Amino acid sequence: MSAVAADIPQTVPPPDGLDTGGQGRRTQSVSPVGERDSRGRRIASRIALYALAVFGACLFMGPFLFTVTSSLKTPAEIRAFPPTLFPAVPQWQNYVQIFQLPGIPYAQFYLNTAFITLTATLGGVITAAASAYGFARFRWWGRDFFFMVLLATLVLPEEVVLIPKFLMFNNIPRALFGQTLIDTWWPLILPSWFGGGAFAVFLLRQFFLQIPRELDEAAYIDGANSWQIFWNILLPLARPALATVAIFSFLGHWNDFIHPLIYLNTNTKFPLSLGLRYFLNQPADATQPRDHLLMAASLLMVLPLIIIFFAAQRYFVRGIVMSGIKG
Amino acid sequence: MGIIAPTVPPGTATPPGAAGPPAAPPLVARPGRRARQENITGWLWTSPWILGFFLWTLGPMVWSLYLAFTRYNISQPAEWTGLSNFTTALSGQDSLFWPSLTRTFIWAAVMVPLSLAGSLTSALLLNQGMKGTSVFRTLYFLPSLTPAVASAILWRFLFQPDFGPINYVLRALGVTQPPLWFSDARLAMPSLMIMTLWAAVGGSTMLIFLAGLQGVPQELHEAASIDGAGRWARFRNVTLPMITPTLFFNLVIGIIAALRTFTTAYVATGGGPNYATWFYILHLYQTAFQNFDFGYASALAWIFFVIVIALTLLNNRFSRRWVYYEGEARP
Repeated sequence: MSAVAADIPQTVPPPDGLDTGGQGRRTQSVSPVGERDSRGRRIASRIALYALAVFGACLFMGPFLFTVTSSLKTPAEIRAFPPTLFPAVPQWQNYVQIFQLPGIPYAQFYLNTAFITLTATLGGVITAAASAYGFARFRWWGRDFFFMVLLATLVLPEEVVLIPKFLMFNNIPRALFGQTLIDTWWPLILPSWFGGGAFAVFLLRQFFLQIPRELDEAAYIDGANSWQIFWNILLPLARPALATVAIFSFLGHWNDFIHPLIYLNTNTKFPLSLGLRYFLNQPADATQPRDHLLMAASLLMVLPLIIIFFAAQRYFVRGIVMSGIKG
Repeated sequence: MGIIAPTVPPGTATPPGAAGPPAAPPLVARPGRRARQENITGWLWTSPWILGFFLWTLGPMVWSLYLAFTRYNISQPAEWTGLSNFTTALSGQDSLFWPSLTRTFIWAAVMVPLSLAGSLTSALLLNQGMKGTSVFRTLYFLPSLTPAVASAILWRFLFQPDFGPINYVLRALGVTQPPLWFSDARLAMPSLMIMTLWAAVGGSTMLIFLAGLQGVPQELHEAASIDGAGRWARFRNVTLPMITPTLFFNLVIGIIAALRTFTTAYVATGGGPNYATWFYILHLYQTAFQNFDFGYASALAWIFFVIVIALTLLNNRFSRRWVYYEGEARP
């Protein structure tokens, strides 16, 4: 991260020979070589920079931290005036209580989300890797055309196919089996098992292209078939890219709102996104504030994402940056 | 390029069996069979995505295009109505069509520049080689991880007029009639903007900018400062031109994302009050899945699709004027 200028050799000596300490050199690397700043001005601008960065962090994290402390308050504290920043005693039982609310099967929401997300992500990663392998390693009729199509679908707004997809899951199974697939998880999972989205295929293809072809060729000569090369050579080498694709797919399905909203009607089948809104829209009893519980419920939805982010920050950032490269 | 062929330099592969590794000759000798086999293998491997493309993208798009010219509510078969869906929308007979489209455009016109400027500023700040940069980066990024539903719930609480913390601060600062935020038709849009900016500015856009900034060669900065360029001049004449490809990418993605705004508005305001946050996709959703007017909703979807594609193509066309790709010959 500190790649800015730390490694750049100082071709021009610092204007004033006084500061040779660590602080001075770091400053040097930032306020570029040759600029005639006095030491005082440089330190001042440095302080301003940090102040700005801290201010930004407060703007971003303030609302977030306030949610955390609010989720630990009592109902009285949440409506107290003037509001307090911290609860007098952290109410950890709020996090137990959200699982016991009448009419809101929060644990069920959680399990539903986990199941939908994991099965969809698994399918997406497997089929995206296979499709990307086909794009990266074989010459076939129409390959370049379909790759152009793939790139085009990257900017395709999903809303265009929302209605016909809904109708497909309703009308076709009804005609074939006399039963609709609306209000089941099939529409949320099945499409992921077809290539896992254009971005996943694109990212994995780019990664496979970077793996030297000589590895495949050596294996071919040893009599390996394409499946063995895929499974034993490319997939193990592509682990970082697979992790990136898996993380993004996970995020997408975990946060997905519009698809569950369209397809699901029964609240015991809801994922968290829909369940939280269901909770929010439950007729509220004015004497029973529940904002603290809503906060706790929202935070529990974010928690796995934060854990994944910290556990796999590298893959995370790489995936985002990869998405920008093609532009 | 075949799988085996590239190991044999072109021009030397004439006598079959004479050169190359022992396994190669039979394959080289029968290129037709080899190519056919490779063709089939490639198709098989990519078939999940190709099938998916026809099944979940092209097929539905064609179906949707057909439905756009019909009246259809599932219970009765689709009835061909020609262009009537499009005239209903464009003539203003659907009184929500133009307002929701205009509102969505205004939203994009405000949000895209604001979030691009915010993300670029944050990225520039994080690119100054400060100590603890990665900590700051994480803190800036975390809000963007918050799912839209959770962030809507959070901001409804922060903006709560009576006991919410934002109005408390305003009262403490002497505002006697603090705003109603989401409940005020005039302030609902700005409130949504604040909420969305909070999640968007430090997110992936910032990280992409950061990567772009780190690709700017340091020598250019040094050369410019030796020539006497100040901070602003260096930003304007070195940094900005060098990151135009990144800027272009973020612009295209940002416009599409802004036009597609749905979940935040749907959860935070439900499109209200008094349709003040009734975005285009909300209108589409309501038409299709609340009123079950699938024909008209398909027309709405296609109008949206055409707008998005047109804007993307327009962006591409204009990009030639201002996007600079390194190593590209300039006229």
